Amino acid sequence: MLRNIGFHHSEGNALIMPEAEKLQRLHRFAVATASVTVLLLMAGALVTSNDAADSVPDWPLAYGRVIPPLVGGIRYEFAHRVFAATVTILTVILAVWLARRGAKTARKLGWTALLLVTAQALLGALRVLEGHPAVTATMHATLAQIFFVTVVSLALLTSAWWQNASESLDDRGSPRLRPLAAITAAAIFVQLILGAGFRHGAFGILPHLIGFVVVTVLIIWTCRSVRKRFGQVRDLRRPGILLQAFLGTQVLLGIAAYWAVVQAMHSVQPSLSYVIVTVAHVLVGALTLASSVVLTLSCYRLIRPNAPVALRSAMESTRAGGTRPESSRA
Amino acid sequence: MKTKFFNLALAAVLAIAIAGCGGKQNNETNEKPVAETNAKKVVDTSTVGSVSGTVTLDGKPVPAKPINMSAEPYCQKEHPSPVVPPEVVVDDKGDLANVVVYVKEGLSDYSFDTPKDPVVLNQKGCMYDPHIVALMTGQTFEVKNDDQTTHNIHPMPKDNRDWNKSQPPGATPIDETFGRAENAIPVKCNVHPWMKSYIFVFKNPYYAITPKDGKFELKDLPPGTYTIEAWHEKYGTSDQTVTIGAKESKPLNFTFKTAAASGD
Repeated sequence: MLRNIGFHHSEGNALIMPEAEKLQRLHRFAVATASVTVLLLMAGALVTSNDAADSVPDWPLAYGRVIPPLVGGIRYEFAHRVFAATVTILTVILAVWLARRGAKTARKLGWTALLLVTAQALLGALRVLEGHPAVTATMHATLAQIFFVTVVSLALLTSAWWQNASESLDDRGSPRLRPLAAITAAAIFVQLILGAGFRHGAFGILPHLIGFVVVTVLIIWTCRSVRKRFGQVRDLRRPGILLQAFLGTQVLLGIAAYWAVVQAMHSVQPSLSYVIVTVAHVLVGALTLASSVVLTLSCYRLIRPNAPVALRSAMESTRAGGTRPESSRA
Repeated sequence: MKTKFFNLALAAVLAIAIAGCGGKQNNETNEKPVAETNAKKVVDTSTVGSVSGTVTLDGKPVPAKPINMSAEPYCQKEHPSPVVPPEVVVDDKGDLANVVVYVKEGLSDYSFDTPKDPVVLNQKGCMYDPHIVALMTGQTFEVKNDDQTTHNIHPMPKDNRDWNKSQPPGATPIDETFGRAENAIPVKCNVHPWMKSYIFVFKNPYYAITPKDGKFELKDLPPGTYTIEAWHEKYGTSDQTVTIGAKESKPLNFTFKTAAASGD
């Protein structure tokens, strides 16, 4: 399903230089959009951690104005709206750009990103106007993750590496790495929903703790499989290492965040340590999901579904033309 | 197949978007006092009595951390010395303020008129004044802003309608009502997260909020047996049963214990 979702080439895999340069610009723009989305996620997390979600009761205006009085919690909520507007504009540009230059799947993903960011803005409005944070804020946080991995996927799909890579590796292990990585990414996504639900009062901590155990096992299993089967393939090894690094960081942040939440129960206002730890926990959670999605897409791009060719010969053939095991992404 | 799946996914996202467009549901029905179906008694003022007493705290409370108002220069300027949150206000004798004492049970046979005067919650120096308010169903709840900064007033009831309104400096007071009896509705200002208050909504007029001396009096109670409850935001609730005869005044004291005093 994930095969051949790159861009139209004029002749085979070889890109004509000006065209490659245009695609490189598009890729950079997609990376920039994903980066600003990280800032948007941070701004959103700051709103929740500073208990400022309801500081501006109206939408789309703020206190009936374009720029509200920038005091107290309004600063966080307004900054979140500014970042949201910026990301929306970037996504419009990206979608239009992809519509002109992208292949079918990239085009569709571009429009999907635009639809997602629009839905997300409306969900944000629903959160402001209707309240009910347990439902609306959890949905808003969930859609934020879906949008983020969509733009991260677009950044990957627009890369020169993605254009030049091909299915050239055979996975002889069990379970196959492709579905294992996909299941891990899905489990991380569910775990982020459970975390958001806990943060916004939809669930208790228990589902999130169970999710932590499941996700930890799956990430270790996936990364161990990558290391054992494709340890020499840098394009798989790297996202695997990144995923493990994020997992370790996230475990520490999770413990710290729980401690901060317990402390906050006795505080009259959010402390700086509570804000820092909880925002970092949300961000690293999103980055864990993103790295898992990158690993999954890379697996689907590089590993053949069920080809009966040995790994060694596949590696040799990739050295000859396709993916270079020690190559880096452009 | 792929196209079909893609279209389905798009339709799902669109559905979320449409849901987001949904207008604000005006749950006004919650605002109206619940209709009483059976005819109820009116209090005979010639037989009424009272319950009075003091609420005290056993043990020494943990000193609260001062509020950090640095997020809002105006608020900080209004308080040259540090402000401690008014959650546990207790004097040297242990008299406890900000305790709501009310009749929990025993008045279901009676009906009461709604007072015409509003109950006022003021925002002054980026603090709520008073810290806790109590009123009757249908009574006007008036919110004022004496500050030269913007506030939002956000009560978060479970049984009444949730609302959140902004109030810039100099704005006219906000008038609202609560249609259903409900205890301890949290009120927050999300602009200034240290601003917290509670609203109590009763169907009867027999409630009191203890001042600094911890004293309370529930006047004009008709003869009967009542469960009287005392509520404090940190120490929870405590109740006692008391029987009042015609024109009788009964003493009733409540004592809350700190965690150290109760051995927890």
